[in-house]
Amino acid sequence: MNYRMMGRIISEILAFEAAFMIPPIFICMHEGAHRTMFWFLITTLATLAVAAVLFFFCRNAKKGFYAREGLVCVGLSWLIMSLVGCLPFYFSGEIPKFIDAFFETASGFTTTGSSILSDIEALSKGALYWRSFTHWVGGMGVLVFLLAVAPREKKNGGFTMHLLRAESPGPIVGKLVPRIKQSAMILYILYVVLTVLNIIFLKLDPKMPLFDAVCTAFGTAGTGGFSVRNIGLAYYSPYVQNVCTVFMFLFGVNFSCYYFLLMRNFKGFFKNTELRVYFGWAVTCTLMVFINIRGLYDTWSEALRHAAFQVSSIMTTTGFASTDFDKWPSFSKIILLLLMFVGACAGSTGGGIKVQRVVLLIKDLRRNIHQILHPNEVRIVQMDGQRVNERILKNTGMYLIAYVLIILISTFLVSVDGFTVTTNISAVSACMNNIGPGFEQVGPTLNFSGYSAFSKLVLIGDMLAGRLEIFPILVLFSRSTWKKSL
Amino acid sequence: MKILIAGGGKVGDTLARQLSAEGHDLTLIDCNASVLESIMDKYDVMAIQGNCAVKDVLIEAGVEDAELLIAVTATDELNLLCCMTAHGINKNLHTIARIRNPEYRKQFYDMRDTFALSMTVNPESQAAEEIDRLIQYPGFLKLDTFAKGRVEIVELKITSDSKLVGTKLNNMYSTVKSKILVCTVLRDGKVIMPDGSFEFRADDRIFVTASKNNLSGLLENLGIISRKVKRVLICGGGKLSYYLAGKLEKSGISVKIIEKNPVRCEELAQALESSTIVLGDVSNRTLLESEGISNYDAVISLTGMDEINIMTSLYAHISGVRHVITKMSRVDNSSFLDSLPIGSVVSPKELCCNNIVRYVRAMDNQTGAAIAVHFIADGMAEAVEFIADESVKNCGVPLKDLKLKPNILVSCITRGGKTEIPDGNSSFEVGDTVVVVTNSNNTVYKLNDIFE
Repeated sequence: MNYRMMGRIISEILAFEAAFMIPPIFICMHEGAHRTMFWFLITTLATLAVAAVLFFFCRNAKKGFYAREGLVCVGLSWLIMSLVGCLPFYFSGEIPKFIDAFFETASGFTTTGSSILSDIEALSKGALYWRSFTHWVGGMGVLVFLLAVAPREKKNGGFTMHLLRAESPGPIVGKLVPRIKQSAMILYILYVVLTVLNIIFLKLDPKMPLFDAVCTAFGTAGTGGFSVRNIGLAYYSPYVQNVCTVFMFLFGVNFSCYYFLLMRNFKGFFKNTELRVYFGWAVTCTLMVFINIRGLYDTWSEALRHAAFQVSSIMTTTGFASTDFDKWPSFSKIILLLLMFVGACAGSTGGGIKVQRVVLLIKDLRRNIHQILHPNEVRIVQMDGQRVNERILKNTGMYLIAYVLIILISTFLVSVDGFTVTTNISAVSACMNNIGPGFEQVGPTLNFSGYSAFSKLVLIGDMLAGRLEIFPILVLFSRSTWKKSL
Repeated sequence: MKILIAGGGKVGDTLARQLSAEGHDLTLIDCNASVLESIMDKYDVMAIQGNCAVKDVLIEAGVEDAELLIAVTATDELNLLCCMTAHGINKNLHTIARIRNPEYRKQFYDMRDTFALSMTVNPESQAAEEIDRLIQYPGFLKLDTFAKGRVEIVELKITSDSKLVGTKLNNMYSTVKSKILVCTVLRDGKVIMPDGSFEFRADDRIFVTASKNNLSGLLENLGIISRKVKRVLICGGGKLSYYLAGKLEKSGISVKIIEKNPVRCEELAQALESSTIVLGDVSNRTLLESEGISNYDAVISLTGMDEINIMTSLYAHISGVRHVITKMSRVDNSSFLDSLPIGSVVSPKELCCNNIVRYVRAMDNQTGAAIAVHFIADGMAEAVEFIADESVKNCGVPLKDLKLKPNILVSCITRGGKTEIPDGNSSFEVGDTVVVVTNSNNTVYKLNDIFE
């Protein structure tokens, strides 16, 4: 293991995190929350100091950065980021318990949006901004950001693909252009442009404060789900909710599709299987939910708005709530629960199993059924007119197994706290799929504060595993990772 | 520069490493997914799976706005078709194809426009040229030329009975009595940039620049010049052997080729006038002995198998052959092969890559960029040739007053057809050709990069 190189990357990430904590300082100064400002300042300086020391010790990193280093590095940096990011919350007393602060920050970075706060509006604006900003960084990934902006000398080149692969969601991770730096840059530029558009559209509502627009846009862009209001998005006008519906959907699309559009490759965009399936399911589910809940609301248009909003919010794993969907009939709730698992497109900011994987699994399953009936038939699985490598299919199957196992084990572990079955299952799947709210005790109007510290740790693990697609977190616990020779 | 590489074999892999490190945007096309995966893991390149001669695949790889296509797949015809198709899509594209079949060789120069080729590379014929040069100057392990052939960088191995063992670099000139410069030393697989107090040891491989006239003097004074090579035994009768035998015949050297395929033997016998062709397996020791291996001045192992080449060369060495040359296909092995007495190692693939990289650099030649690059010391150091133009700083300043980056050596300055091996008082002027040697930790793209 190339510890020095990993140390260097982590030191760079810490430096960026320190930089990201500067805006909250000014926001706190502006509103006069001096205690919070003080602790943001201290954390920033301390993080910078640690980063500098780490960088100093790791400055002579050797070459040699392979898949193992990539996975461990990504897993570790997300853990460290969450631990550092929660310090201002804890020390300033905004969130009194350390485990709660850790939970909230991990939930932010992993774009989950599960909260332990009962009274969100009691927090200072600086803290709220930081809470929402963690979503934005976590959405596209901080290592992708590092790849986009950090200069790389020649002798360290070549290791970065392992980082990109370990952090980006989806079974097949490719590059848009030959250079990894430019690929990462394109992703971030698209991300920033879409986020700014989102802010502008939100701000078109005259009653929408700028602060709320920015924070909501951060939550939407990262498909996170932290809101700055106690009752979530229900606080805002129908217009704002509709804007969010559209943008949540847009952020759940594979970003390489936008690159196709930019490159005027319309065929690549419109013929994209994953995009079509994603769109088709979203529309179908919206209609089904709408038919199911139309009696609950005064007008059909209001019912349609809530149906579309909630489907979009859950499918992209954002987790905003425009209404208390826990009160919906169970048919609609089951649809939402299923959508939680499907998740967004690969290569988007959303979580879940990913539409692409589900499509691949269904195709593979269909092939297996065929082969049981016709044992000598030779079939291959295709996607977008290209053959899908057998190894990718195998990995996809393995991913599903690991995924289900983790959900089962986590549900078992958190069930000691004595909540209902629905609460536990929905809490674990909401965390694992990076959604946010679940049903019943963890429903959209309630929160996760009822769980014990142990359960919260389990859920934090689920969130990280869900965001990083399981393996970077699993390898941290594997003995062979830390052995000198494999 | 945007470059496409078709074929991810050994040459494609080496090119990907070299060119992506030089900052070019590479896209690699190959039909084998696992090859692409391993290359993507190693280098910062994009990979497209598919047949490189198919229009759609080329367009997906971005041929429309690429500047150069390098076709190095296993078959000549595919390389050719790939270049023609790509050139049909993008008229401004430069194309380089690897063509190995000697039968095609003549028509390519005449029909370059028809085939839309900017350059063809033929690894075997290049290797034959290199071996030919080594045979002409026996005693050197490797020879590279610079400044239109006026300067050479030669590789020498210091044997335990050499006069240089134990000599300090400062005192070297009293032994060699000619103006030469030791650029780098390869000791135990590591590159050393020597200073005055450096002491030579047995088994060091040293890289020396000298003007062509001084070369024979160098050999003489070091006591390693030997009889001119008159009889050569070539083991293996592939394309490389064919090219080489042709060249050697011209310079009046008698050649014997041992080849195990009877059909190929007949082809060679027909194509080569004066060479002796023997049917037999070179891994058979009795055969080598009965052909009188110890009577030859040089034995060159050129079969398709690296292992057999090494075995044959070792056997030749034990039999007392003075000059042994070994062909290796896998270049990355060559550093640990130093410990074996297998003589000069020649790698056609490496030569081919150097040639292509040189073409790319020439294409990329903005003001002051390098015009030639040679990889020496197993690729751990490089010798780069520049032409000093107006943009170069510190013209006319003596070298001893310049602050150069560590591990950089100005090894030769050519001015108006005269070559000078520089010392502390030398300086370069606008218009000079300057050769700089550096280890691979530095990247020197422009002459100005050598200054602190």
